Amino acid sequence: MADFISGFWNMYVMVLVTLSILFCVFVLVSNMTKREKGEVGLHGHVWDETLAEYSNPLPRWWMYLFWITIVFAVVYLAIYPGFGNSNQSRGQWAQYDAEMQAAQERFGPVFAKYREMDMMAVAADPEANAMGKRLFLTYCQQCHGAAAQGAKSFPNLTDSEWLWGGAPENIKETITNGRNGVMPPFGPALGADGVKDVANYVRSMNGLAHDSVRAQRGKEGFEANCVACHGADAKGNPMLGAPNLTDNRWLYGSSEAVIIETINLGRNNQMPAFGAFLGEDKVHLLTAYVLSLSKQ
Amino acid sequence: MAQSKHEKIERNVFLMIVLTLMTVSVGGLVEIVPLFFQHSTTTAIDHKGNALDVKPYDAVRLVGRDIYVREGCYNCHSQMIRPFRAETERYGHYSVAGEFIYDHPFQWGSKRTGPDLARVGGRYSDEWQRVHLLNPRDVVPESNMPAFPWLDRPVRAGDIQDRMRALNKVGLHKYSDEEIAAAPAALEGKTELDAVVAYLQGLGTAISHFR
Repeated sequence: MADFISGFWNMYVMVLVTLSILFCVFVLVSNMTKREKGEVGLHGHVWDETLAEYSNPLPRWWMYLFWITIVFAVVYLAIYPGFGNSNQSRGQWAQYDAEMQAAQERFGPVFAKYREMDMMAVAADPEANAMGKRLFLTYCQQCHGAAAQGAKSFPNLTDSEWLWGGAPENIKETITNGRNGVMPPFGPALGADGVKDVANYVRSMNGLAHDSVRAQRGKEGFEANCVACHGADAKGNPMLGAPNLTDNRWLYGSSEAVIIETINLGRNNQMPAFGAFLGEDKVHLLTAYVLSLSKQ
Repeated sequence: MAQSKHEKIERNVFLMIVLTLMTVSVGGLVEIVPLFFQHSTTTAIDHKGNALDVKPYDAVRLVGRDIYVREGCYNCHSQMIRPFRAETERYGHYSVAGEFIYDHPFQWGSKRTGPDLARVGGRYSDEWQRVHLLNPRDVVPESNMPAFPWLDRPVRAGDIQDRMRALNKVGLHKYSDEEIAAAPAALEGKTELDAVVAYLQGLGTAISHFR
């Protein structure tokens, strides 16, 4: 309310508010009739042949309620914003800042305690894990699942497999700045048959049913196109987020059709950055929680 | 008995109407009219005067927004984070008026069967939004949100230029002739899913310090 385009609107609000309150007072005062002694007169209008109305004063308690609203309005405007630009320091934003300040004083030391501890020690701390779990269920479970079990295209966080590295600093980096995993499409380079060959080779490395002739041919295609990211041994590269293709763990699925789709069209997967939103303290606890989940 | 003051009002319908209108208009005159003459409600700044990076809806996000309205998303999702710690911890910085200057109508809402979406932009990947819209249970098994499988079809927005011209009549942003001319091409090959995801990914990103 502090930013009217001109001072006129400040005055406008104050004048209208004042007039309204004064008008209410006027209406109340002008209707305060005392009970007259003796016979009470009639109002003068008659319904249904004989039904008339006594001219009694309005009930006292009822009139008092209106006076109370006027007193309330004046007291409220004296304390809180509403009368033009007055009392901005007690507005909703100031109240919010005070609420956050109080929370910081209460919870800040708890977070600070864990921030100074070594990450592995935090990961082993039951209270820190309970806090981490609550944070996880608020911010992470929508993609990674309530039990961190993951889903198609969203990594399982309970196994020992890491796309971007499982060291504390790797996990912290992932949460803070997010990740952008890109596999380019190889359909055009390999051709339909070549893609199928490579898919069979990939399945063969994981001990899955495959066509051995195709797998043999696919090995060449793999070495020509895939080793730059997935490595000569196909064990992946956490610097690029390139997955290990030999451990029979699958982000999108292990069927030949899915692998062919991946090679043909590539993949574009993203973990959003949470650092700016959550802040260092919460990222620290979440990192420890994720560490505690994985089978190291 | 002499005619009392209120009897005069009660017996004169025209006077009664005029006085009633005057009385009920006071609230609006004091609480609503001044909002049209405040910087923080009419320009891209927050309540402290910091600049907001609010972008007018381009053709794709505009269509996405219209689909959001068409599917009734506002029936379960609000777009208004109130200044309480309980809300800002979960959703991010509370909403400020300047963020909504291009919204006609705004989608604030007051019903939260699902979570508030005021700052959902960037919270999930595009892929998550797609999977989730087509069938929420695929990514959140506990979800009770309905699936919207029909969104995976081309946008039908032959009237996009009319929509933009209509917004020019009411909105703060005036689409230029070039923007209007380029709109159909921008929608070429887009699905409704693309449009909704583009709309959602833009929500609440105007504020940089969003904690």
